[in-house]
Amino acid sequence: MSAAQLEQEAGKEALTRGERAVILLYIVSALAVFVLMMLLGLCMRMAQGTWIDIAPDLFYRIMTAHGAGMVGVTGIASVAVMWFFLRKYVPLHLSMFAANYVLFMLGAVAILASIFVGGYAGGWTFLYPLPVHSMNLWSVNAAALFMVGYLLIGVGFLLFYLDAMLGVIRVYGNLGRALGLQWLFSGTIDRAHPATVVASTMVIITNCLGILGGAIVLAMSLVNAYFPSVVLNALLVKNLTYFFGHVFINATIYMAVIAVYELLPRYSGRPWTVSRPFLWGWAATTIMVMIVYPHHLMMDYAMPRWMLVMGQIISYTSGLPVFVVTAYGALTYVYGSGIRWSMPAKLVMLSMFGWAAGIVPAIIDGTISVNRVMHNTMWVPGHFHFYLLLGVLPMVLAFMFYLIEDRTRTRPASGRFGFPLYVVGGLTFAFAFLAGGHVSEPRRFAVHLPEWIPYDRAGSIGAILVIVAMLLFTVRIIAGLTRRPRAHAAFAHAVP
Amino acid sequence: MTVQNEVWLTTLAGMGLVALAFIYVIAKSGKPADASSVQKKAYAIRRWWFLALILTGIGVTWASLKQFPIADQHAQSHGTQIVDAVGRQWSWELSRNRFSAGVPVEFHVTTADVNHGFAIYAPDGRIVTQAQAMPGVVNRLVYTFARPGRYRVLCLEYCGLAHHGMNSEFEVTAATGGQP
Repeated sequence: MSAAQLEQEAGKEALTRGERAVILLYIVSALAVFVLMMLLGLCMRMAQGTWIDIAPDLFYRIMTAHGAGMVGVTGIASVAVMWFFLRKYVPLHLSMFAANYVLFMLGAVAILASIFVGGYAGGWTFLYPLPVHSMNLWSVNAAALFMVGYLLIGVGFLLFYLDAMLGVIRVYGNLGRALGLQWLFSGTIDRAHPATVVASTMVIITNCLGILGGAIVLAMSLVNAYFPSVVLNALLVKNLTYFFGHVFINATIYMAVIAVYELLPRYSGRPWTVSRPFLWGWAATTIMVMIVYPHHLMMDYAMPRWMLVMGQIISYTSGLPVFVVTAYGALTYVYGSGIRWSMPAKLVMLSMFGWAAGIVPAIIDGTISVNRVMHNTMWVPGHFHFYLLLGVLPMVLAFMFYLIEDRTRTRPASGRFGFPLYVVGGLTFAFAFLAGGHVSEPRRFAVHLPEWIPYDRAGSIGAILVIVAMLLFTVRIIAGLTRRPRAHAAFAHAVP
Repeated sequence: MTVQNEVWLTTLAGMGLVALAFIYVIAKSGKPADASSVQKKAYAIRRWWFLALILTGIGVTWASLKQFPIADQHAQSHGTQIVDAVGRQWSWELSRNRFSAGVPVEFHVTTADVNHGFAIYAPDGRIVTQAQAMPGVVNRLVYTFARPGRYRVLCLEYCGLAHHGMNSEFEVTAATGGQP
């Protein structure tokens, strides 16, 4: 992209004083929660590796907080990416973006209180009937507070998505046109149609439905908690729970990948234009992300056979848009581009690798006969930590480093040491999980057998490296946000 | 070779291929090339890449599903060793704990309280099969043990405070003397 185009893009991203305040809240809170949740994760791995001693009740509370916290903070950080870039194309209300933050914080307080005051340790998936069947380890009120916390967070996200939906419909007429469905089979594609709008529309559609599914199961569970005579169908509840969980966590990837579409062209000099395969990829993903969730229930033999077959086949096809469109596209945009390897560019490239490589073990585990020996082993956290830690988080960090790019030294420590530390630590951490899964090490165990401990210790070392890198990133980003810009860029256009 | 080893090697190969593609492109990123010619060549490769992935997916789907990996849940039991496996916080109750190798064992897996995961570990420490134990549902898990030895059952679905301690054992004896 030319300097004039860059200037134009940066101009559209100018922030008002209010917008700047809210996005700063998002960024600082997200970084703080990421680091805290990583520390909780490290505690678990070190306890499993017998390097520290944590009682099982505390371990499972930490596990619950880590799961809920990481999913939530990845969601809130990805929303910041979507909001920042989508507002260039459609009108968004700052009040809804701010309301999402406030409700998230209220929900987080409720969840933390339920766990660390009420003793709730039912896992982030609150799988019925465990929340109300704790063997007197926590009260029904503690479980209910946890669920109310989720509901508050869900309402916040819904407000943001509904506002975004309104903005998209105002500009593009309807969601189908925003997705580019009119160009799937024929017609001249408007190459200026923003990839950001396509990705955002997909997320709006799928995550509104995902959150509604979650709200239904939470409401059902709350009724059951206080009126135990209203017995729920465990299989139905599990379907709804995993539909919600799968869609929500995947939506974070699809929001965060907007940073790749927006930033990669600025460093490679090649604008990301939409194409028919790109539009097909996103249209197919809109459907696939909602119907693939039965791959979480492959060991529930009461599930209809066609749903399990669908879960396997859609697990395979879900990889196509990544392998053939986004990650492949990123490679073609970088090849022979003379790209400037600044911090955001490095993180974007890492994120594409992490996403593409991380879904390899995920897709394989989506095979029923493989799932039969890999389900609920460390293989599962292995693949999702791979594409969240080395895929989604680098997308979010690329966005944050982009915001401060004009305010930092040319080669800060976070770039010289932080990036390699993050990559080495992240790979060590994720592969320790996968290697553990290979030898049938179970996930979610507070106490491990001696033969599993070497994997736990390797994972702990990886986690320490990641946390050191993350601390360097956090300090650099927060310091950068507090400085005045040296030259023009996104924040340079903010009202001081 | 166990399924786990096949999965491990396939995963490493797949991730290695992804890594090689990224390393190659990054190595070639600094040498400027004409964008339109790069795009044209990349689109041509992409068609073949897409076709290769589709064909691989169809092949793997056919091979892995031609014999459905999960037992028919409504089939009648014939000549099998039947055992009821009931999970509860935090123990397993098996209606029998000795089986013969080479003869199918039919586990009727359920739970008396919350969800549990009924995972069978072979003497070498690897999972050989598993099923979920869900309230109100009986899952029919059929497995034929090839090797005699002491097998362990661990709970693989998080179920509360002593989840990690919820285990049981049974013995599989050599093929002779099977008791259907």
